[in-house]
Amino acid sequence: MSTETGSRDRILARIRAAVADAPDAPEAARDYLDSHAPDDPAAILDLLHENLADYRANVHRAGEAELPALVAQLLAAHGARSVAVPDGLPAAWLAAADVVRRTDDGLLTPYELDAVDAVVTGCALAIAETGTIVLDAGPGQGRRALTLVPDLHICVVRAPDQVVASVPQAMPRLDPTRPLTWISGPSATSDIELDRVEGVHGPRTLEVVLLRD
Amino acid sequence: MRVALFVTCVNDALYPATGIATVRLLERLGVVVDFPAAQTCCGQPQFNTGYRRETVPLVRRTARAFEGYEYVVIPSGSCAAMVREHYPKFGETALPARTYELTEFLVDVLGVTDVGAYFPHTVTYHPSCHGLRSLGLGERPRRLLEAVKGLELRELPGAEECCGFGGTFAVKNSDVSAAMGQDKVRGAASTGADVLCGADNSCLMHIGGILRRQDAPQRALHIADILASTEEEPLL
Amino acid sequence: MSGTYLGMPSFPKAAKDAVHNVTLRANLRHATHTIRDKRAKAVAELEDWALLREAGKQIKDHTLRHLDRYLEQLESAVTAAGGTVHWAADAEEANRIVADLVKATGESEVVKVKSMATQEIGLNEALKAEGISAYETDLAELIVQLGDDRPSHILVPAIHRNRAEIRDIFERKMGSWGRPAPDGLSDSPAELAEAARLHLREKFLRAKVGISGANFMVAETGTLVVFESEGNGRMCLTLPETLISVVGIEKVVPGWRDLEVFLQTLPRSSTAERMNPYTSMWTGTADADGPRTFHLVLLDNGRTGTLADEVGRQALRCIRCSACLNVCPVYERAGGHAYGSVYPGPIGAILSPQLRGIQSEIDVSLPYASSLCGACYEVCPVAIDIPEVLLHLREKVVDQGGKGHRLEKTAIKAAGWILDHPAALAAVEKTASGTRGLHPGRPPGAGAWTADRELPELPAQSFRDWWKKNRT
Repeated sequence: MSTETGSRDRILARIRAAVADAPDAPEAARDYLDSHAPDDPAAILDLLHENLADYRANVHRAGEAELPALVAQLLAAHGARSVAVPDGLPAAWLAAADVVRRTDDGLLTPYELDAVDAVVTGCALAIAETGTIVLDAGPGQGRRALTLVPDLHICVVRAPDQVVASVPQAMPRLDPTRPLTWISGPSATSDIELDRVEGVHGPRTLEVVLLRD
Repeated sequence: MRVALFVTCVNDALYPATGIATVRLLERLGVVVDFPAAQTCCGQPQFNTGYRRETVPLVRRTARAFEGYEYVVIPSGSCAAMVREHYPKFGETALPARTYELTEFLVDVLGVTDVGAYFPHTVTYHPSCHGLRSLGLGERPRRLLEAVKGLELRELPGAEECCGFGGTFAVKNSDVSAAMGQDKVRGAASTGADVLCGADNSCLMHIGGILRRQDAPQRALHIADILASTEEEPLL
Repeated sequence: MSGTYLGMPSFPKAAKDAVHNVTLRANLRHATHTIRDKRAKAVAELEDWALLREAGKQIKDHTLRHLDRYLEQLESAVTAAGGTVHWAADAEEANRIVADLVKATGESEVVKVKSMATQEIGLNEALKAEGISAYETDLAELIVQLGDDRPSHILVPAIHRNRAEIRDIFERKMGSWGRPAPDGLSDSPAELAEAARLHLREKFLRAKVGISGANFMVAETGTLVVFESEGNGRMCLTLPETLISVVGIEKVVPGWRDLEVFLQTLPRSSTAERMNPYTSMWTGTADADGPRTFHLVLLDNGRTGTLADEVGRQALRCIRCSACLNVCPVYERAGGHAYGSVYPGPIGAILSPQLRGIQSEIDVSLPYASSLCGACYEVCPVAIDIPEVLLHLREKVVDQGGKGHRLEKTAIKAAGWILDHPAALAAVEKTASGTRGLHPGRPPGAGAWTADRELPELPAQSFRDWWKKNRT
């Protein structure tokens, strides 16, 4: 028996001894609200827009037909000449952009990703109350490094399909076996005098497009 | 109506004027006041310092001293909190249910906010932690003060922050305690009020001690002292 | 816990310097008041805050009551998802496991996500002794590491530093750790953050081993969760080939849905945001996404001892939000270093003595490092009754006696006798009042009181005497 196995058994035995006489502690009562937002898709979309913007994401709205031009314009506005493209991203989204496309074959090294100016993705869902988009590495989103290393992230959210009101409404729609990244605004820090500053290691610019279905 | 006054050991030995003011105030409102002589200390200093065993005889003595009274009135938020919050841990549940901090008794039991007081001075109010968080006195003391004739109430900045007394904390951690008290006094001075008022003389002993050390013009006074003051017998 | 803090002076002694340090006082006051007000606003947005707080408390209590079962379930889930689980009874064993895992990769440097557990066990020092460099990547931890300093806050370890001090540290030290600070660096927080980005990026890109803690672990699914803001966490959790997470055993929750409570309460209590910028959740290893090897080190290090204490075990509910630090008037003036632990503030005052045992000078003094004002309990998102635990630990300190407490006990006993004999009390009061003209302004032994405060003037008569003369 290795020391670690010994520690496993010892820790579990100590836990059992520690709580042997402890009072019963039933499973939690979930009396809290399922949502704090009105049950109205348009209001929920407005709330998402407002909360994303509050934490310094740039928010845009577009229809399917306007999307390619908007994406191209956003890339150009930031001077992005190369874009990382996740597997499964609708080809139309980048159709109007004059950029070098770096399709991710899973082999782009961190250094190569660091040399790419931007990344364009979809998402798994967005949460209005907290101004959060969640990525689950599904089609059109790519692996986690893709949305981390480039300095500009353009994320397209399909509304209303991908928009939920609250965190409790998001949980059942997410698959915990997939790697999940919850993003609420661009990278930020409060480490200097507890004042919030946007832009540290993650993408310093987050552009969110709310796409009308 | 008859009540028993639990004056508290600090008021008995160091601030008898607050005890006397409480008696006069209650009598003026038509209440018959008893002072059970067997009372001493609620046991809070011992309990809060970790001397649980030494607390037991004081809890028993206090519970016995006030047996038979429907209302026990305490002009001290922290002693009232000791009885209300901690006596049940010693198996004493009857007294906590019959115990009222003074402003609670006035507003909730007697149903008065205007007690006919007169105090022509500017006052700022410090809601001590036990009154604020343990007893939940809320707006009661301020409503009583606002109804006092001639009194102008001024908002205390950082009112809800502890003054730094904390019982034996004041001597065990005297540097931090004094720093907290000095900040409290600075906030009180910024109001320009003549008087810093509280409902707990132990906190006021600490705050008042700093005011006097600094030769500050402001005075620390217990709310009972102000509420007992009348046009016929003004306090200041 | 780590040996770094052994031999710390008692809290009052350590706090004395901080109280009289004008810069430190100003830094702490500014920072704690800023976050205090923001938190109150963020919490007020949720009308069901009290219910979320209660749910968080119940989830933690239920988990702790069945901790053995949930840890075994977690172990199975993590293993099934491709991870390897290790168990460490104490700091030494945890450090040994991590050092061996790093050495097995052939690497001699690691990048770290800010983690309380690895600070608690002194992992960086242990790795250094094995020839492994550990780079802290959280901005505040970087400031602390470059400044050869100690953290003083759970969320903002460099809270004791202002922007000018941070600029000086970056200018002086970044060069010797890697990419130097840019020329002409100003003290604007944006420029300082940019300097950190440039300094750390080269380390992230070449990193082969990442080390993290976790805010939560889900027993049902084997999922680990890290809340962060800067993206340094995502870098460490995503880019390296090997990830090692060291996590206290109390960080487990039973099910996936339990996270919905803490995803609402932790950011609002901690950084006072509706949601922190980045939260990463991973379950074992994923194909072609992130580290290929994942190790989870489950850490006891005093937690099972704390769990055995019926009053003290509630400290294990802590989710390390640091709301209690930010509202604490004692922390605001004493600063984090005075607590002699990686866990400062009110939560540290109840956690450190329990994890380490009430033996050293600092741990005996920590339960008294509070005025019992109750502000900490009011803001705690898992309703830890910190004043209750402080009182409980004070009783333990008194029961074990020792230096300083013998004299106090004698005095308390003497006072107790007088207070149990009202006639004796009346006599003492009468004597004191009668001789009050003879008392010195500052009687001997009262120094701790009179250094900054006058003593109350003794009245001419006690209330008891007045009553006797006027009402009987």
